[in-house]
Formats: sequence, structure tokens, C-alpha cells
Amino acid sequence: MKGLSIENISMRFDLLNGNSIQALKDVSLEIEEGQIITVLGPSGCGKTTLLNIVAGFLAPTQGQVVLNDQIVLGPGAERGMVFQQGALFEWMNVRSNVAFGPRMKGMPKDEQNEKVKHLLEVVGLADFEDKAVYELSGGMQQRVALARCLANDPDVILMDEPLGALDALTREKMQGLVLKLWKETGKTILLITHSVEEAVLLGERLLVLAPRPGRIHKEYTLPFAEMGSSMDLRDVKKLEGYTETRDEILSIIWEMEEEIMGRAEEG
Amino acid sequence: MTILLIYIVIFIVAFYAVKLVSSMRTSSEDFTSLKTVTFGDESAVSPNRAASIISVFSIFLIWAAFTGSKLIPFHVPGPFIGELGFSYTAMNSLGEVDDAEVTISVYDVQTGEIPDKLDIEPGTGFAINDTYQIVAWRSALVKVKRNDVGGKQSGYKVVAINGQEITPNNELFIDDARIYMTAKGTLSVTPSKGWQMQPVWLPAPETVWSRLIKVGSEGYKNFSLFEHLGWSLLRVVVGFAAGALIGIPLGYAMGLSGWFRGWFDPIVEFMRPVPPLALIPLVIIWFGIGEQGKIILLFLASLWIMTISARAGVSGVKIAKIHAAYSLGASKWQIMRLVIVPNSLPEIFTGARVSMGVCWGTVVAAELVAAQKGAGMMIINASKFQMTDLVIMGIVLIGVIGYAIDILMRISENYLVPWKGK
Repeated sequence: MKGLSIENISMRFDLLNGNSIQALKDVSLEIEEGQIITVLGPSGCGKTTLLNIVAGFLAPTQGQVVLNDQIVLGPGAERGMVFQQGALFEWMNVRSNVAFGPRMKGMPKDEQNEKVKHLLEVVGLADFEDKAVYELSGGMQQRVALARCLANDPDVILMDEPLGALDALTREKMQGLVLKLWKETGKTILLITHSVEEAVLLGERLLVLAPRPGRIHKEYTLPFAEMGSSMDLRDVKKLEGYTETRDEILSIIWEMEEEIMGRAEEG
Repeated sequence: MTILLIYIVIFIVAFYAVKLVSSMRTSSEDFTSLKTVTFGDESAVSPNRAASIISVFSIFLIWAAFTGSKLIPFHVPGPFIGELGFSYTAMNSLGEVDDAEVTISVYDVQTGEIPDKLDIEPGTGFAINDTYQIVAWRSALVKVKRNDVGGKQSGYKVVAINGQEITPNNELFIDDARIYMTAKGTLSVTPSKGWQMQPVWLPAPETVWSRLIKVGSEGYKNFSLFEHLGWSLLRVVVGFAAGALIGIPLGYAMGLSGWFRGWFDPIVEFMRPVPPLALIPLVIIWFGIGEQGKIILLFLASLWIMTISARAGVSGVKIAKIHAAYSLGASKWQIMRLVIVPNSLPEIFTGARVSMGVCWGTVVAAELVAAQKGAGMMIINASKFQMTDLVIMGIVLIGVIGYAIDILMRISENYLVPWKGK
């Protein structure tokens, strides 16, 4: 079966002081090929843990992740990652960064360069090949990170708050870019964010996780990503249902946050 | 003390002078000049180049002025040189008094000319005129009674100098000299020393320069200057290279494997605070005073620094970079080669700079202890012969080379790891 399935994942680990933390409990999720899914939740709900398990950096204590009928046992090139920041290699120029994946596969140099040229055009950084990454702005660096991930042609793209460190304007532009890339490449995308707005705009499906133990609290199926890929995101925000959905989710998250605070005060 | 005061005065005067001059010039309006808050803003503080030039210049100026250098036209007063004279009044055992003249020629031993003994009249009376020679900066006992008639009898004593009364254990000043009467009644004459330094303490700049020319062309103790400095440098380079060759892989292993870290942590953490100079005695006992011992000492000096910097370089890799490389399909070896090693280069360069500095200091110290050639050997040997000019020349050269090494490391750092700190 094509697609990504997360089957009954639980994650529990012991702390040094003898206590143990149930980071995730019985999380199951079926993702069809080509879907874009956003995951949202209050801090400490296990979003990043979930993503790291799918990426293969962490092994779950129970359950498994299956991608295209293959059980995930470790990191692999078929699951590309885009990180929040600082994951580019400063000692390489933009070209070498983007060509890193193809180079690992042993692709010939000419093909690498062609691919890099094409992808940089796609992400809007044409002719930036020879620039050093530390010369680029934060938004441009994330464009390079996206191009680097796409260069490897992964089946699934995992994004760990990829726009979290950007300023509001750049962030909005990049959200449009993510949707455009999703539509053009037809990749499966699993995106983690703590911005409700971003989750509503970018998610075909939106998962709200609840904390302690981390579990799926609610799932939404939303039309905005599909629309956003062909129209201005600012117009999408004016569509019927957007504000209501956003406010509903926002109040869910607020409730959870307050519950966490309350529990912390009780000790 | 006087020198320090003069230095402070130059510092303050130069500050106001430069301020005055630069306030008369129209200053360019760069961003910093528009800042109103500069006190506490480190980025607004840039070294004043005029201050740097005046600083170096004033050190030379003070050096030259206090050593009587021929390079500059003005000096602080030097020692008295020439003839000085005074008269003394002697009283013999019978209570009679008589005057006589003492003429002293004070000469500078550095010029190599010793003046002839002066011809003088013996004078009249029982007190006979005297003549003496004193080297500049020194004092001498002037035994005026020796040639006097009845001067050896007890009760014969000098009672006044130039008409001023003098008693044992007291001093008085005449023009250009200080005269002190010892407990036994002998006169100790100290011609005025002036403010200048004796060449044996601090030679003039041109003396050091001519020594440099001389040693540069003739060499010193069987080896040319180039060989002395070259050997020191060679030892540093070989010792440092050996330290880096072992230390960097060891640091990587400690950064990547828990076993290696556990095994070597106590050793490295114990050896790191031991100053290399403290190892000199042991190294000499084990390996002797030859090249082997020196290179092992420098190897030990750089080893721990390089190990720690390589380990820090590995620990400093952001985990996101490693994760990113894994999800791009890199193998362990590729991650090592393409991520960990380049990522640790800035740290390793910092370590290399520190290490080269320490090695350069250590090699000079090791050569001070025992060596046949090298910069340190040159200056310790020169000090034994009181060749202060050579000692100062050696110190200046050691400083210049150390500075040059650091600049060279910084240039290559900018060139090889341009992403550092970005």
C-alpha cells in the first residue's frame, strides 16, 4: 500500500529521577500519498517526538511506522526533513547544500548541477548557486533547505516548524511557497507547527494533539490548503469558515494550555 | 618611577593633542559617529590608530632618551663625565689645619678610552693635593689622607669639604658629586649619575640594532641568527604537528565514542592544567637535553589543547545538521567527512592558534634550560656575558615571531574557515 501509516505508536521513557514520561500514547494515523497534514498542539504534547519517530531518529516503545509497506527502522533518504533553522552546512555554498542528497546517491556532477539550477528556480533563488549560506537571510536559507530536501526526491517530506524562526511577512510568503511546492511536486508532507493560522492554512488535514500523554485530540479536514495553492493566502483568510475554524482550534489549544498551567500549580 | 610618570604624561598629552587635531578636521559621518551612546557599546569602540602609533613611538622615544641614544637630539641628563674637583680641610694630630685640592676625572668606560693620570702640583702644607679616576655611574673611595704628611697618624682627619663641615657617616653634595664620609673617615665620592640607564642594564636602540646586524651577519656561538631562530621555529612546527596529528583524531574519538571519552577524560583533564614548563625536568630526565626531548615537550604542550578543541568541535555540531545529513542519505563515513570534520574546523583553528602560542613560549623556555642553538639559548647565553643588547634583541625577535605566527594563523583561518562565527 502506498502512503505513510503510523500504527499505534506509544513512546515512554524513564527520567534520571526515577519518574517516567509518556510522551505519546496510541497514536495512529493513515496518510495517503500526496496529502499535506499539519500537526498542532500545546508545547510538550509530543509533536516533535512524533516527527522524530517518523523520521527514524527515535524508536517508539510500541507500534511502528510503515512507509510504502516498509517498516521504518532508522533515518532514510525517502523521508526528507526540513528543520527550523541551522541545519544547512555553512562550509558549503548553496549549490553543494542542495546537491548534498544527489551526491550521496552518486549522481553525476552535470546532473547534480542541472537539478540544483532547476530547484533553485522553483524556490525562487535562481542564480544563488555560488553564494555562501551565511550570506543569505533567514527566509532564503529556508528556501535552500526546501530545495535541498526536494533534490533528494523523497516520498515524504517532514517539516519541523520550518517557518518558526521567520518574521511574519517572510513567513506568509514561505507558506505560499510550501503550498506551491506541495501542489507542483505532489509530495506527502507532514508539517509540525505551533502557529494555529499556519496549521489551518497549510493542512488538508489538521491534527490537534493533546498533552500528557501525547495523543490525537481532534482531527479536521480543511479546504484551505487546496484553495491556497491556486490563490493568494490573504484571500484565503477571508473565505467563509476560516476565521471560525481558526478560533475554534485556538480555544482548544488555550484550554489545554490552561489545564497544563493548572496542573503545574497543583504541583 | 620617573619613567612611569613621564609615560603617563605622554599618554595624557597625546590624548588631548590627538583630540584637538581630530576635532579640527571635519570627521566623516559614519554610523558610529552618529551614536550618542558609546560608553558601554563595545561595537562603537575601535582602536585609535593615532594612539597605536604614538604608543610605539613614545616607547622608543623614552628608551632612546634614557639611554643617551644618538638617534634623537635630546636626552635626559646623563652621568657626569669630565673633571670635578673639591678642596678639603684636614686637621692633623696637633690640631693644625691645612687645605688641599682633589681633582677627579670621571670617564665613560664604554668609549674604551681611559684618560691619563692628571699631572698636578703637590701644593703647600702638610695636606697634599690628590688626583683620582672614577668610572661613570660608579663611586670610589678617595683616600685623600694617604699622601698627606702625617696622614697615617691617628687623630689626622678631614674636617671640611669646600669649607663645609663633614663628619663620619654623613654626606654632603658638591657640584656634580655626592661625598660621603665613612665611619673610618674615608671619603666616598659618587659623581652624579644622571637619569640615564647604564648600557649594561639597558643599551641604546642603535646598540641593539647594530648587534642585530652583527649577529645577523656573523652569527652567535657557531650558529647564524637564521639558524637559531629557524631551529626554534622548526621545533615548534614539528612538536605542534605531532600534537595535532595525535590530538585531533583523539579528540574526534572522544567526541564520538563513550568508551574513548570515558577512557581519556581523566588523562586529558589531568594533563591539561599542568603547564608544559613543569614537564621540562621530567622530559630532560627521560629524554635528555637533545632535540628528542624538546620535541616531545612541545608535542605534550600542544597535544591536550588540540584534543580538547577537536572534542569541542565535535560536541558543537548541531544535532539538526547530523539529522539532516542522515535524512539526505549520508553514511556514517560521509557524515564524518562532510559534516563533523568541517563543522569542527573553526574550533580546531582556535585550538591551533592557542597551541602555537603555547609552543612558542615553551620552546624558548626549554632552550633557556639547555640547548646548543635556538632563540632561547641565544639570550640566556648572552645574559651570562652581560650582553644586554643581545638579550633585548633576542626578546624583540621572539616577540615579533610570536606575533607573526598569530597573524599568519588568523589569516589562514579567515581564508580556510570563512563561516566561523557566522
